[in-house]
Amino acid sequence: MMDFIAIPVLDSAIRLSTPLLLACLAGLFSERAGVYDIGLEGKMLMAAFFSAAVAAVTGSAWLGLLAGIAASMVLAAIHGVAAITFRGNQLISGVAINFLAAGLSLLIAQHWFQQGGRTPSLIGGGRFAPIDLPLAQTLAPVPVIGPIYSDLLSGHSALAYLAFLAVPASWWVLYRTRFGLRLRAVGENPAAVDTAGVSVVGLRFAAVMICGILCGVAGAYLATALQAGFVKDMTAGRGYIALAALIFAKWRPWQAMWACLLFGYLQAVALWYQKIDIWGLVIPVQAIDALPYVLTVVILAGFVGKAIPPRAGGEPYVKER
Amino acid sequence: MTGISPPAIELRGISKAFGPVQANKDISIQVRPGTIHGIIGENGAGKSTLMSILYGFYKADKGDIFINGRKTEIHDSQAAIAAGIGMVFQHFKLVENFTVLENVVLGAEDGRLLRPSLAKARRILADLAREYELNVDPDARIDQIGVGMQQRVEILKALYRRADILILDEPTGVLTPAEADHLFRILDNLRAEGKTIILITHKLREIMETTDTVSVMRRGEMTATVKTSETSPDELAELMVGRKVLLQIDKAPAHPGRTVLEVRGLHVRDHQGVERVKGIDLTVRAGEILGIAGVAGNGQSELLEVLGGMRSGAGTVLLNGTALALDGRGADGQARRAAGIAHVPEDRQREGLIMEFHAWENVAFGYHHDPAYQRGLLMDNAALIRDTEAKMKKFDVRPPAPALAARNFSGGNQQKIVVAREIERNPDLLLVGQPTRGVDIGAIEFIHKQIVALRDQGAAILLVSVELDEILSLSDRIAVMFDGRIMGERLPDQTDEQELGLLMAGVSGEAA
Repeated sequence: MMDFIAIPVLDSAIRLSTPLLLACLAGLFSERAGVYDIGLEGKMLMAAFFSAAVAAVTGSAWLGLLAGIAASMVLAAIHGVAAITFRGNQLISGVAINFLAAGLSLLIAQHWFQQGGRTPSLIGGGRFAPIDLPLAQTLAPVPVIGPIYSDLLSGHSALAYLAFLAVPASWWVLYRTRFGLRLRAVGENPAAVDTAGVSVVGLRFAAVMICGILCGVAGAYLATALQAGFVKDMTAGRGYIALAALIFAKWRPWQAMWACLLFGYLQAVALWYQKIDIWGLVIPVQAIDALPYVLTVVILAGFVGKAIPPRAGGEPYVKER
Repeated sequence: MTGISPPAIELRGISKAFGPVQANKDISIQVRPGTIHGIIGENGAGKSTLMSILYGFYKADKGDIFINGRKTEIHDSQAAIAAGIGMVFQHFKLVENFTVLENVVLGAEDGRLLRPSLAKARRILADLAREYELNVDPDARIDQIGVGMQQRVEILKALYRRADILILDEPTGVLTPAEADHLFRILDNLRAEGKTIILITHKLREIMETTDTVSVMRRGEMTATVKTSETSPDELAELMVGRKVLLQIDKAPAHPGRTVLEVRGLHVRDHQGVERVKGIDLTVRAGEILGIAGVAGNGQSELLEVLGGMRSGAGTVLLNGTALALDGRGADGQARRAAGIAHVPEDRQREGLIMEFHAWENVAFGYHHDPAYQRGLLMDNAALIRDTEAKMKKFDVRPPAPALAARNFSGGNQQKIVVAREIERNPDLLLVGQPTRGVDIGAIEFIHKQIVALRDQGAAILLVSVELDEILSLSDRIAVMFDGRIMGERLPDQTDEQELGLLMAGVSGEAA
């Protein structure tokens, strides 16, 4: 039993939580502004490919990151134009982006690198290296604190630390700034924002572009930190799990972090164990994989408190008298 | 006076067309500072369009706006706010899960950080509350305060933005009489401080009681602007409609017969499990109209829905002595219609009609199993269309075109289609919810006459309305609902608005 909370499993949990958390915060900004985004998956995938491609060619993970963010922002802008400017259906636009990204990333990868839709494996500066936190070596021998600090908290990539720092930053932006107040308002009642003389379109675009940036980082993390290169469909449904986490967290940043850690932990358990044996009860690993979705359904059904989405979510804003 | 200070607002030759529809035609008005100016007109007369132009929602095709004598371009809400114009919309523009303070500050923050703005707003709100009787708890969440309070938040929003000109669009629609009185006291205070107020309403009484001057709009044109002290409700009504209108319905005394509807101990819960109707008893007899008065949201809607078979309830409901199913099988609209109940639901656009369907299809709803409309296995569309055309002529639906989609009729004509469908079935019991909400004066008169005519034929009628005037003029008996209970029953000629208003606010007859 103690295995499940062994340091290596928890360490994996953090690594696997990171892309979920970035995507979840991305969705949080977009959906809090009233724009549903089912295209987190597609944006991450496109960002994963372009970051890996640019990192492979230039040998710089940082240039790869910029390329990933740019690719993701292009897709975010498409979603924005479709859903905000032309008031299209947000779900359809998001699904279209997922299809587009799945096909296009593979197609370009094959055309550029001729390696069966992969990018070349990234080596050296093409990957984000683990960062040792200060005093990690010194503290390592200390019991309890040592392993937790040196093995669990230290040794992740810069992007992972960025993701976890983005949590308090997002909270601060949403609840302590003028922009955050307006962003939350536009997701609840855009008419209130409009009559207060603030641009609904401008705010929603800003939110969608922030979503693009965070998805870009998430994709880059997958291809240049967690793995060493792009492979077909490497997001593997993480965009959807992030959406589930967003609902689980009731669209709040700190809760989003805990939800992503939980879902990341479940993925880590599924990765480390083929099956789980709890006092003779054998649970297949597929059940663990499905757990995030099951939990989301439970939350949506209202068993664990109510998950009330932003009231204007999913609805294009049309001015009425 | 006019020579000294320029008008607070002057509109010159404002015109606005939406496609072929001329919403505003060459409209000019002047409103002097420190006065309350009423704008009255039927639905679709162009009042709201005019105010939307003033608040920067639409751009006028032609014409100029002068604020305090200076020509002002208002191309968006920001410009309107900058020009000192504040607007209180009919449907409040508030963020429900924000606090009062956050709503007031939204869009008028002082800097990028929130806290200093909120602190400053808190101080200013306290000042405004003292000055104008605008007391609101700044930390209360909007969805936890009543509509009267929410409206005060809207006024505070405008004042916080230093508005000198306040436009209120149908402000009393959702208020109890006492809340409306409070609102008018606030408006008096604002006028005393030199603010200019434009009050848009279709209620003649409010115009007569509160305004200094009044403009009447009809079909996009400003037909008259007069001093309120020099006009009368009858004159205004005639100016609005373009012909003489009966403000008081003409009806003979009722001759109630046998009991048609008997409700005993009815309880209704909404989908969240909250009890909305808390055990009510009432009877409606043949040949009488029982009016249910009350502020919206006190259980009247749920009562109607249970009786109409749209919602489940618990208790006993007898129709002509036979118990009706209130839950499960037999508790649906079809069964109710078969039992002799017709229902004009409260929201014609959501419950009464399918907006995209033809008028004749809408007339068939609920009665599509009628053998008269059947030909073998198919529906006899030709018969339906003929039937619809006859009903439309009888109920003066304009245009009398059965193939037109419901959406293309005006509110009053949509309502006439619903009323025609239900009344023409000669029901034993007619349930009517808000029969004249958003309906113009001419159509109100017609619909009221039809309801009274059905009563005179011996039908029992249960009327639910939030318009006290309507309740008082139509009902033979009045029951007042508050918080899911009947507060008391009164006869219309032995009560008045004050007494009903107290009952509607939950003050029981004995205590008052």
